[in-house]
Amino acid sequence: MYRFVLKRLLLMIPIVVGVSFLIFTILNFIPGDPGSNLLGPGALQVDIDALNEELGYNKPFLQRYLLYMYNAVVHFDLGTSYATKKPVFDEIMGRLPVSLKVAFNAILFSLVFGIPLGVLSAVKQNSLVDRVSTGTALLLASQPGFLIGMILMLIFSLKLRWFPATGAASWKSYVMPMIALGLPYGGRQLRFTRSSMLETIRQDYVRTARAKGANERIAIWRHAMKNALMPVITVAGTSFGILIGGAIATETLFGLPGLGSFIVAGIKQKDIPVVTGGIIIFALIFSFVILAVDLSYAFVDPRIKAKYAGGGKR
Amino acid sequence: MSAAYDEKPLMNLTEEKVEISFKKESQVKEVWRRLKKDKLAMFGLTVIALMVVIALCAPLICPYDDAIKMNMRLKLALPSAKHWFGCDGYGRDLFARCLYGSRVSLTIGFATSFATLVIGSLLGAFVGYTGGKIDDLIMRSLDIFSAIPSTLFAMAVVAALGSGIVNICIAISLTRIPSFVRIVRSAVLGIADQEYIEAARAGGSSTMHILLRHVLPNAIGPLIVQTTANVSMMILSAATLSFLGLGINPPQPEWGALVSEAQEFLRRRPHLLIFPGSLICIASFSMSVLGDGLRDALDPRLRT
Amino acid sequence: MSEKFLQVRDLSVQYRTDLETVYAVNHINFELEKGQTIGLVGETGAGKTTTALTLMRLLPEKTGRVTSGTVTFEGQNIYDLPDETMHTIRGHHIAMIFQDPMTSLNPVMTVGEQIAEALELHNTDGKTREQIEARVDEVLRMVGIPPERKTNFPHQFSGGMKQRVVIAMALVCEPDLLIADEPTTALDVTIQAQVINMIRELRDRLGTAMIMITHDLGIVAQTCDNVAVMYAGRIIEAGTAFDIFKGEIRHPYTVGLFSSIPNLREKTARLTPIPGLMPDPTQLPAGCSFAPRCPHATERCRTEPPSVWRSGTHVIECHLLEGRGGWTKEGRE
Repeated sequence: MYRFVLKRLLLMIPIVVGVSFLIFTILNFIPGDPGSNLLGPGALQVDIDALNEELGYNKPFLQRYLLYMYNAVVHFDLGTSYATKKPVFDEIMGRLPVSLKVAFNAILFSLVFGIPLGVLSAVKQNSLVDRVSTGTALLLASQPGFLIGMILMLIFSLKLRWFPATGAASWKSYVMPMIALGLPYGGRQLRFTRSSMLETIRQDYVRTARAKGANERIAIWRHAMKNALMPVITVAGTSFGILIGGAIATETLFGLPGLGSFIVAGIKQKDIPVVTGGIIIFALIFSFVILAVDLSYAFVDPRIKAKYAGGGKR
Repeated sequence: MSAAYDEKPLMNLTEEKVEISFKKESQVKEVWRRLKKDKLAMFGLTVIALMVVIALCAPLICPYDDAIKMNMRLKLALPSAKHWFGCDGYGRDLFARCLYGSRVSLTIGFATSFATLVIGSLLGAFVGYTGGKIDDLIMRSLDIFSAIPSTLFAMAVVAALGSGIVNICIAISLTRIPSFVRIVRSAVLGIADQEYIEAARAGGSSTMHILLRHVLPNAIGPLIVQTTANVSMMILSAATLSFLGLGINPPQPEWGALVSEAQEFLRRRPHLLIFPGSLICIASFSMSVLGDGLRDALDPRLRT
Repeated sequence: MSEKFLQVRDLSVQYRTDLETVYAVNHINFELEKGQTIGLVGETGAGKTTTALTLMRLLPEKTGRVTSGTVTFEGQNIYDLPDETMHTIRGHHIAMIFQDPMTSLNPVMTVGEQIAEALELHNTDGKTREQIEARVDEVLRMVGIPPERKTNFPHQFSGGMKQRVVIAMALVCEPDLLIADEPTTALDVTIQAQVINMIRELRDRLGTAMIMITHDLGIVAQTCDNVAVMYAGRIIEAGTAFDIFKGEIRHPYTVGLFSSIPNLREKTARLTPIPGLMPDPTQLPAGCSFAPRCPHATERCRTEPPSVWRSGTHVIECHLLEGRGGWTKEGRE
């Protein structure tokens, strides 16, 4: 079992390398050199050149990349922000908790809202509850987070004054972002849970349970649920990627000082180190989430668990 | 003792003539028929078609100038007979901006989807057919692409190339190519070992011919579904990028940008949000519903 | 005369969807005494599984409908019973073995848990955990599976062993009636013999009545006291095993079934199947449902539904028995 985990962790390395290389390459095309950006417009060319030399700007591309990676992995040094002149790593780490809070809240919200309703809709298929839930989920799932966010802002912040519109003052600032980000995601969860449940309820083993004398409640809760929810968790995890995208817009909208809005600002200011570092960190987190979901599947589904623990057919 | 009929031999095998029609037209008709039954999907189709038509006819409705001409006297005007949707912070007619914004959004959505479809499919066919190390290499690269969330990736590309319609199109389509490649690649791999492919090749069929006649029918279902899903994803991605200020260049109107512009005056002038917001809402919903309907029509597994 | 253990009278079952109505079972009658085994024979689509599901009230809720007749089990009308009573009956008094062992078991529960569940659901005499586990071990041994394997998951067993688990699960509560729906169809031929033998032994040991649903006449010969042949939702012939296998006369369909079996002793160039297919259950023909395929069909067969003819324990639903000595008409329901 541990070999499996180890193997997957090792497989992450080429992906991490690949991602960082890709981002580094793409962002290499942004015009501007670190020297002039860090020293500002009034600096002397001599100083600029000296700084560039020191930062290794004039070295060939591949060397710069390797230098960057070395600094990142060994010294946790992701460069210095052109705009704030502070180490990128510190800036990122300072802002990451906000982003993670937003994303985590949103996932929680969506699971709490999407899964139970999805199960209910499946069990009471074609009832009023089902139709309303599915219709609403369909509508919500197709909307972008920032749109829902703005509507929420309009109603609850500006008109009703329940929550602050922007900033990260207190827990209240996180409520609307959670709902804005969580609703579309939750809609998707609901629909997927519903279809997974519907399919599971049709399975032969549920019929076997009934034939043994189980009532509907047991047949569905004990037999159908566990099987139905496994793919739901996987989808939830892989949809996390979409969530990150939405989180960036939500942070920007609600003025939360998270990593997403930081990267956006960085792009507008052509702050290459910030953008490079930020995107790479985000991509890393994303990969780890996927890995975690994969691994959890292996722990939860006995078929997969057995495959790696060595319990074969006899 | 047995009666006569216990011993009478049974009749010769009757041949059952079963008509299996492989004609493409009848399959298309069948899919269309199933789609028509889904009222919600048809609603979506109608709405999208309507939007496309209106967007195409935009110059006939009002000149592009209306969308970008500033007029500070009309700043934040409320909806009226002259300005159906009111005016924005610079006095620009919001209806015109929404109208031309739809042109931009829909163009990005459809054009990018189409380009992604073509490029992705060709690449997928190539990769599937060639196989071997090239297959491995390209698929691993695609895995790396997929490891980056699409919005982030698009942002990186825009950071590198700058903003503007063409650049966001490139950015967004790059994020979606992997899925198309995979679909076509698996369709190719699905039949590559079949003997009739060898026979076809022995008979002189060119690679192109094989791809069109054999691979394409296998892949077309998932491709259609993916393309429809893509259109709405592209529109939303473009809107998100524009909302973040990384998309189209002002003063060009685009739905996401319009929503972003609405934020400043949100409390006093909610109509700035409501009109473009509703358009996004309706368009995404319609595409999404149509996509669902198409998926069900192409792969009918009866849901009782 | 003892009260009949199981009595099915004039049972008809339909599946109704928005598009069409499937006449799956049409006015069938049969009975079973305690401890007896009846074989329900027929091709795929004849209505055998539907009959089985109906006996257990397991028809799909939205589409399955009993449109006529009654099912009486130990004196009680199954369809009059409240749900809780039905839950008590299922698994405890009437148990069922389904066709495909691959999908009948829950993949995320151990086999021990699944067998124990059957006991737990009917634990009226307050067995303790240890007692339940002991019983699970006992029943696993009975079907030839080492009890240590009860912590394994279904996918860790081969098809034959999975089916044995299913059998263990069905018999653990010592039901009065066992319905076996093609228990060996999905298994290899070599395993089939093992499983059938096991079912037979267990039945003999426990005195369970059994309904053996199969299309394999060999299995019927090995296990059944009585036989009912189903075609297009009707029982077109019924009787003791002797009647069906060695009787002087049989329904043309039954004849066809027997002729279809390849004979090791005869040399023949071609097999003799029954030509044609079973009629579409949504559009059953007007007269005898077998007429389109029957080599002896007359005009009357095509237009007039045949009556039931009886000779002792043997009943056949066919016009061709008209006027034959020893057979009396019983009317048709």
